[in-house]
Amino acid sequence: MAVRTKRKKTPRDQAGFRLFLLSLPFLVGIFVFSYLPLTGWVYSFFNYKPGKALLDCEFVGWKWFIAPFSNPVLRGQFARVMSNTLGINLLYMATMIFPMFFAMFLMEIPFTGYRKLVQTLTTIPNFISWVLAYAAFFALFSTEGLLNNLLVGANLLKTPVNFLMNADHMWLKMLAYHLWKGLGWGAIIYISAITSIDQEIYEAVAIDGAGRFQKMWYITMPHLMPTFFVMLILQIGNIINNGIDQYLVFSNAMTQDAIEVLDLYVYRYGLQQGNISYATAVGMWKSLVSVILVLIGNNLSKKIRGSSIF
Amino acid sequence: MALKSRGKEKELESRMVRKLTVGDHLVNAFIMFIFGLFMIACIFPFYYIFINTISDNSLVITGRINLLPRGIHFSNYTKVLTLKELPHATFISVMRTLLGTLFTLICASFPAYCFSRQEYWHRTIFYRFVIITMYFSAGVIPIFLTYRMLHIYDNFLVYILPCCVTPFNLILVKTYIESLPASLEESAEIDGAGYIVRFTSIVIPLCKPILATIAVFSAVGQWNNWMDTVLYTKDKRLQSLQYVLYRYLKEANTLAEIARENPEAMAETDPSTLLSPLTVKYTVCIVTIVPVLLVYPFFQRYFVKGMMIGAVKG
Repeated sequence: MAVRTKRKKTPRDQAGFRLFLLSLPFLVGIFVFSYLPLTGWVYSFFNYKPGKALLDCEFVGWKWFIAPFSNPVLRGQFARVMSNTLGINLLYMATMIFPMFFAMFLMEIPFTGYRKLVQTLTTIPNFISWVLAYAAFFALFSTEGLLNNLLVGANLLKTPVNFLMNADHMWLKMLAYHLWKGLGWGAIIYISAITSIDQEIYEAVAIDGAGRFQKMWYITMPHLMPTFFVMLILQIGNIINNGIDQYLVFSNAMTQDAIEVLDLYVYRYGLQQGNISYATAVGMWKSLVSVILVLIGNNLSKKIRGSSIF
Repeated sequence: MALKSRGKEKELESRMVRKLTVGDHLVNAFIMFIFGLFMIACIFPFYYIFINTISDNSLVITGRINLLPRGIHFSNYTKVLTLKELPHATFISVMRTLLGTLFTLICASFPAYCFSRQEYWHRTIFYRFVIITMYFSAGVIPIFLTYRMLHIYDNFLVYILPCCVTPFNLILVKTYIESLPASLEESAEIDGAGYIVRFTSIVIPLCKPILATIAVFSAVGQWNNWMDTVLYTKDKRLQSLQYVLYRYLKEANTLAEIARENPEAMAETDPSTLLSPLTVKYTVCIVTIVPVLLVYPFFQRYFVKGMMIGAVKG
């Protein structure tokens, strides 16, 4: 393509155009499902009421974009939602080193069979949906769950308590659920990185008298740090991105305020309460900030990868 | 010590100079114990749910099945699967998994093949057009509005058609195709085979490993996906198993509804097999998780590979 100049159409060009036509249905699909929804952003400039045609609705300009900062009620909500979003995500980021330690200590176990077993069983939670994950915690902590059975059986509790309805330390609980689901899976990339470390290095330091923890600290960890930093930086793009599932399943009348994150807020306002225009505007703020963060993360990662891996 | 665990066990063991001290054994035991606890935390909830579905229902409802099943019976499963909405929800789950995976594979592989050909018309521009979709999203509400406009809101197709946007999978397949020796395809090209013939008879068979990886991941993703049911459907007949389970867990009154709609399943005189709301929840949970666990050992060998390809691609 680079050498393409204004000459007559060659058979090669024709073949290239045929390829384009063959993949055209797919390109149309991409357009419809990724680009066309962008036109939905115009709804945020109107006072849209479901059931009416958009053009019959009042044009309000930037009103909905300013609303989360100017309207006192919305400002309160927005501040709470943003603090939940950032708080929970910063906790996730702070614990991103855990999978690395998981992998390092797992590889210390001298029995291959046991190691495989741990790896297999701890990865399972990653492959189930949040509904099933919730079912697991429901079985443990709900009024009819295991914990209540045991506590009531031992006379420590008179009447069963639904622990899932308790909003104390909600961020930490979300972190715990998140780690339960993702720790084993997150470790896989570090495990394969450890297996690719040259064994001779360990032999060399063993001769120098290095013990187990010295090997971990001076050899294994420095080898894993580049991977860790890349993962950390890529996470920057997701810092206001939570997804809805995890928060939707764990939210109820009591916990709602403590775990309502940005995505869930948009869903509630837009699809449940029908305030399409406001929800779209908040979603656009989110998209905008996300794209900027992704770009920052990508640039940082290029720099880090360029300088520290080789 | 660390040496031992890192592959080539046998060989290294014979070369070990230092003997294991008591301290080493203690540290090993401690590490294994901690991992054992986490392993149990990952798997025990499902074991607990399972023993509660096969135990005497009168003991389950009074909370006396904690570690071992008692009074084993399987009537919960036969009954739950005849409840009005469950066979249909299972059908929806299976169909969206099969069709969604197939569609994902087609949309990841054929365009990837097209883009792997240098002669593609304005290749760079169109390739960027596809790849750039990884970095932005219009957001939930505009997507919802678009689906409504396209009339796939509240339609089974909403589970399938959006799968055509798989830029990441497309990159994986394209990279894979480009790593294949070009001579294989050239010989067919000289024989006069067109693009479609070359794609189906040469490229696809060679791409089996990467396509298998994608198929497995997208199948699990489809089976597990319930957010699209929440966001983009209203019709009860489009609810998958995951969503039905979600409703059972979250909405207290749905179980009263089940009892009203299925009087025969709830009309049982023997308390040991009488369905209670709790046993219905637990049983549906096991029914929903079993397919994932069944394919899990089979696809475990794919995920390191899948993840590594992703990491190399960057």
